[in-house]
Amino acid sequence: MAMSDNRPKSFQEIILRLQNYWAEKGCAVLQPYDMEVGAGTFHPATTLRALGSNAWAAAYVQPSRRPTDGRYGENPNRLQHYYQYQVLIKPSPPNLQELYLGSLEAIGIDMALHDIRFVEDDWESPTLGAWGLGWEVWCDGMEVSQFTYFQQVGGHDCTPVSGELTYGLERLAMYVLGVDHVMDMPFNDPQSPIALSYGDVFKQTEEEYARWNFDVANADVLLRHFEEAEAECAAILAHEHVDPKTGKRIIMAHPAYDQCIKASHIFNLLDARGVISVTERQAYIGRVRALAKQCADAFVLTEAGGYAA
Amino acid sequence: MPDLLIELFSEEIPARMQGKAAADLQKLVTDGLVDAGLTYAGAAAFATPRRLCLGVEGLLARSPDTREERKGPKVGAPDKAIEGFLRGAGVTRDQLEERETPKGAVYFATIEHEGREAGEIVAEVLEVAIRNFPWPKSMRWGGAGQPGEGSLRWVRPLHSILCILSDEAGAQVVPMVVDGIRSGDTTQGHRFMASGEITVTGFDDYAAKLKAAHVILDPQERADHIWEDAKNAAFAQGLEIVEDAGLLREVAGLVEWPVVLMGDIAEEFIPLPPEVLQTSMKEHQKFFSVRNPQTGRIEKFVTVANRETADHGATILAGNQKVLAARLADAKFFWENDLRTVRSVGLAGMGKPLANVTFHRELGSQSDRIARIAKLAGEVAPLVGALPDLSEEAARVAKADLSSEMVYEFPELQGVMGRYYALAAELPESVANACEAHYSPLGPSDDVPEEPVSVAVAFADKLDTLTGFWAIDEKPTGSKDPYALRRAALGVIRIILSNDLRLRLDRFIDSQLLKHEIAQHAGAAEAAELAALENTLDEIADHGVFGAAFHAVLQKLGLETPGDTDTVLGKVSAKMPGVSEDLLSFFHDRLKVHLREEGIRHDVIDACLAMPGNDDLILLVKRAEALAGFLKTDDGENLLQGFKRANNILSQAEEKDGVEYSFGADVKFAEDASEKALFAALDEAQAAIAPAMEGEDFAAAMSAMSALRAPIDAFFEAVQINTDNQVVRRNRLNLLARIRDICLGVADLTRIEG
Repeated sequence: MAMSDNRPKSFQEIILRLQNYWAEKGCAVLQPYDMEVGAGTFHPATTLRALGSNAWAAAYVQPSRRPTDGRYGENPNRLQHYYQYQVLIKPSPPNLQELYLGSLEAIGIDMALHDIRFVEDDWESPTLGAWGLGWEVWCDGMEVSQFTYFQQVGGHDCTPVSGELTYGLERLAMYVLGVDHVMDMPFNDPQSPIALSYGDVFKQTEEEYARWNFDVANADVLLRHFEEAEAECAAILAHEHVDPKTGKRIIMAHPAYDQCIKASHIFNLLDARGVISVTERQAYIGRVRALAKQCADAFVLTEAGGYAA
Repeated sequence: MPDLLIELFSEEIPARMQGKAAADLQKLVTDGLVDAGLTYAGAAAFATPRRLCLGVEGLLARSPDTREERKGPKVGAPDKAIEGFLRGAGVTRDQLEERETPKGAVYFATIEHEGREAGEIVAEVLEVAIRNFPWPKSMRWGGAGQPGEGSLRWVRPLHSILCILSDEAGAQVVPMVVDGIRSGDTTQGHRFMASGEITVTGFDDYAAKLKAAHVILDPQERADHIWEDAKNAAFAQGLEIVEDAGLLREVAGLVEWPVVLMGDIAEEFIPLPPEVLQTSMKEHQKFFSVRNPQTGRIEKFVTVANRETADHGATILAGNQKVLAARLADAKFFWENDLRTVRSVGLAGMGKPLANVTFHRELGSQSDRIARIAKLAGEVAPLVGALPDLSEEAARVAKADLSSEMVYEFPELQGVMGRYYALAAELPESVANACEAHYSPLGPSDDVPEEPVSVAVAFADKLDTLTGFWAIDEKPTGSKDPYALRRAALGVIRIILSNDLRLRLDRFIDSQLLKHEIAQHAGAAEAAELAALENTLDEIADHGVFGAAFHAVLQKLGLETPGDTDTVLGKVSAKMPGVSEDLLSFFHDRLKVHLREEGIRHDVIDACLAMPGNDDLILLVKRAEALAGFLKTDDGENLLQGFKRANNILSQAEEKDGVEYSFGADVKFAEDASEKALFAALDEAQAAIAPAMEGEDFAAAMSAMSALRAPIDAFFEAVQINTDNQVVRRNRLNLLARIRDICLGVADLTRIEG
């Protein structure tokens, strides 16, 4: 494929370029959230920070897990563990589309040769009680990003509105690097003394997790963990706002939200184990959504959530 | 007279919304202008992915002055009333005029409305249109900022408003600010193939400058361009594009500068069923399929890019080809997995997991449903000329593809895949065809299945669905029909009519309803009750309807008619007749709609619906068609008048006398020649009508009836019915009763209007 000369050489170079690009554009470059999540949106830097009136601009890589997508590392495009690149800017700047296109150029996509399109795609996360309008962005017919103007999160209207960009890093990188199978993709520079492919790093873990996700994970234990996380979330939020020890007003929105994340991931694992029936599925999603909503309710009462005493 | 140009420039508008949005913009603005007194000569609206545009030609430069006269209170009315009137009319007391009216002296005010400049009106109307635009889904964006901003909703962020009025003297911006967006006379060209602002002076200038900046404004022009180029590219290689008007419209809404590119489908994917290739390419990639007319295979694709490139689209095409290969690799994977499944466990085996799929909470699993459909398909098979076993077998596998990986991925391929998988499982061709055809007809213009096995399964599928939802009282209401029951009923009707199926719908409705009732009550009923209901099910085949069958069973078992609605038997027997009747009349309503579209008047249909055997739709339609044809003739029309006259006289006499005149009239009391002639004519007609009716030859029966027209007319001409001679009068009334009986035996002519 014809790419311009500034074409990146590796998966990590694409990530580094995105980091640099969004840092230059003024985003706080955060680190991944240290919990298992299904998508970059779950990072509190997106979910919670999209709420309330405070301005915000953050970019980060988020390792994401979708247990049902595991294919033992054999499918060229499907992984149970993959990376998303996430940008959230609040309020959404008027030139967000141009900023986004600039990021594609930064990773070596020559706008003069490719066909970039914004195709309607309304985003909804039933587990987060969130929705927004936007597009999937196509590059030569391939979806390379999700572009969303958040309208609601955790049942709360977003004012101001955040603009969210999500890049599926592996897919985007495979396209830019001209690789057909994800496991063949150079992770670092192929000229490095120790060149590593994506497969060198992740083939074995894909196998291990696929086996565990589908056949081994202890469903009883997971079910119990789900219930515990659900109970803990509510218990955390039930504490009075003023901490009796310090006398300060400390609403524990983030610790509670951790439990919501946990419940959501456990639900995904249970789903992969095939122990959730179609009717139960809706009920579980509803239970996670209820947690997300409680956390959102709590967050908007905190300073970061725009609360002014 | 100035022209008006409006452009609302935004981020990408979903393709499916563009057409209606352009029409809405035109309607909102032109209606608003006209309401404010600004008439115009012509208007046209356009949409591209990034803009809505409206051009209005020959607008009045100024709305005309108007004067309005308003009637006020009486002279001498309390001051308070007069002051109120002055306030409302905006005039002073000395401007009031006193006028004499029949009710005394009254104040009148004349209010002058001065005309307004077009620009002022346009700004108001456009702001209202923007703020109230009927997008199916709209959003907010940004908006932390200035007071008055962030309140606007648009389909995607709105960036600029171009609004100019232009005449010979030049163009002028109509000044306005909506949510911080100030109107101007500039726009932008193609996102990638143009740069900078474009200043425009009027519609023609705008359209020309856009084209120079690589934007084709008119969606029809874009669609035509795509279609022509795609057709030519395919033709050059001896291929043809698979037509798809919906896809063409959508693709034309995704690009401002369409560039058609034709690419290859890798050899390994060409053996996939063409429907799979087509669906995958259309749904995921918005590609057109390119077919080899010789083989019917899909061999290439056409994609439409939004730009020209230095490499003539080579990079774009390569990328699209790669994405397609990944998609088709998925499809091939599903196809091969599914084939492996059907070859090892058969098609029925593939459908096993449907036992765990709920069809409807109250109607059980898909497997329960399939079992019911299979049984019914077997029962109806002899009536449609199909083998019962084969029909049952077909019904049992017809929905198995719902468990396939391919249909999970592409639900719209249900049935189509079933057919392929049935063939792969080496099932008979008629079974394979039924897998696909039993969903038909889906719409009023969709083909109706004709192969007997397909007919049996299609009929059973639809009737089971209808009776099921009737049993649980989930009927369509108003515009809500979530289970597409109207479509199912029309489907049954069309299957019956186009295959000339002679069957009593009642019997099938009753037995299938009863099956649902049994399933509903299986948990709560006592064994004896269930046995009685199962027994009734068997009897319906003989008795035709539930009521008679149920009573036969009760009698046989020596049971009382259950009056107690607390028992299952009581509940079911109380509910069945009403629900069944309701469903039959639902069928009749759909049939009426269907026949009305075929040009048969509703009163004609009503006249036939009132006759016995109206659950035999073939009989019903035959009668209605004959009657409609008959009434179009002079004889028919006159006979109808004759009948009505006879019927009126008779009804009045019967009401007055308190008796029914149905005792045979006797020719020996006939006095007048016309009376005797009528006797003879009636004898003759009856002799002809009886066998015609027997043979369901309604046209012949009606034609025989029309021979009565002249004698009836002559009779009424010559004879006074209500004579003083009571014997003669009674005899004449009885003669009229013969006319009535003959006519009503063909159709209920009392229901015919006019």
